[in-house]
Amino acid sequence: PRKKPDRMAWVNHLASIRDQKDRSAFAEVFTHFAPRVKAFLMKSGANPDMAEEVAQDVMATLWRKAHLFDPTKASVSTWIFTIARNRRIDMLRKQRRPEPEDLTWGPEAEPDQADVLALQQDCAKLGEALAALPEKQRDLIVRAYYGELTHSEIAEATGLPLGTIKSRIRLALNRLRHQMK
Amino acid sequence: MTEIKHHLTDALLMAYSAGTLPEGFSLVVATHISLCDECRARMHEFDAVGGAVVDEQAPVAMSDHSLATTLDLIENGDIPAPASRISSGHFPTPLQDYVGGDLDAVRWRRVGGGVRQAILKVDESASVRLLHIPAGVAVPDHGHRGTELTLVLQGAFSDETDRFGKGDIEVATQDLNHQPIAEMGQDCICLAATDAPLRFNSLIPRLLQPFLKI
Ligand SMILES: [Zn+2]
Ligand SMILES: [Zn+2]
Repeated sequence: PRKKPDRMAWVNHLASIRDQKDRSAFAEVFTHFAPRVKAFLMKSGANPDMAEEVAQDVMATLWRKAHLFDPTKASVSTWIFTIARNRRIDMLRKQRRPEPEDLTWGPEAEPDQADVLALQQDCAKLGEALAALPEKQRDLIVRAYYGELTHSEIAEATGLPLGTIKSRIRLALNRLRHQMK
Repeated sequence: MTEIKHHLTDALLMAYSAGTLPEGFSLVVATHISLCDECRARMHEFDAVGGAVVDEQAPVAMSDHSLATTLDLIENGDIPAPASRISSGHFPTPLQDYVGGDLDAVRWRRVGGGVRQAILKVDESASVRLLHIPAGVAVPDHGHRGTELTLVLQGAFSDETDRFGKGDIEVATQDLNHQPIAEMGQDCICLAATDAPLRFNSLIPRLLQPFLKI
């Protein structure tokens, strides 16, 4: 059986990388995630050499951008996914990706630990919900993220029951927006 | 922040999150998310699905020296530290990136009936333009061969389906025939993207179509 990743441990590793330039924390993150990013990129159409190179680049970007990671909005695997996806668009598809404007407050130095824990638990539940889907449905979603689906196929995939993590992110966003006023 | 009533569809958000949306559509999506906390939260949800997909990958071994190579990249590489992206103008930053500045940098061209447009440069998978429609003026009625996204940046317009105010997005597909009319009071500025030419219902716009690139 697959060992469940401890999301809070990864969050703490990211903080060590950000605050102490902690190489052993980075090595652990690298050892777990780089081979998964490489696998993801190969499924997305990259050849092994390219996937290796881009996976290294993704992990280097994680180090350089560690101060931008916001554990009230993303788990470490979610954040790594977004970096890998952007590199895939950049390097493999040679396209530009317009990104939304940053929020005016940025990640908080001391985020509310209850918010962090809630979001990380929600991400874990989402992972379990994905794993528990019938194979055909799961395959549809996974293929969407490999970049294989057309628009109408994606419309089909978005109708699938995936559990939900919406309330927590929305609550945290709303509260922060409020504090800023 | 004004009250936004019309939001992105799940399919658009998932395709944006998966990184497969045409560039022109991604620009409209990123601009809407810049204005809309609701869709920003939904984007994070769809990104979380992507994170779960990465999590469930069976690992593929990295090359022998990959960690050392990566640490070397961190020490010596030129991965730029990202600049903060917060707009202080009319347009959210993703749109400013494509205009090359704010509202006053837009190079408008007249297209008839008082309407002005500025085509923005994106790859060929969709075309995207800014439209400036004087208050009270109608865009020629038309149907759609593909998908058309229209995001209101200033003023408001109404069509057969509803009223669209600042921040609202209309997602028009093949089933919709409409004639958007800018509301009285303030000129309407929209960001519009299509992945197929529109289908105009009257002769004059149809004749002009090659010139409008619409
Ligand atoms: Zn929205
Ligand atoms: Zn239309």
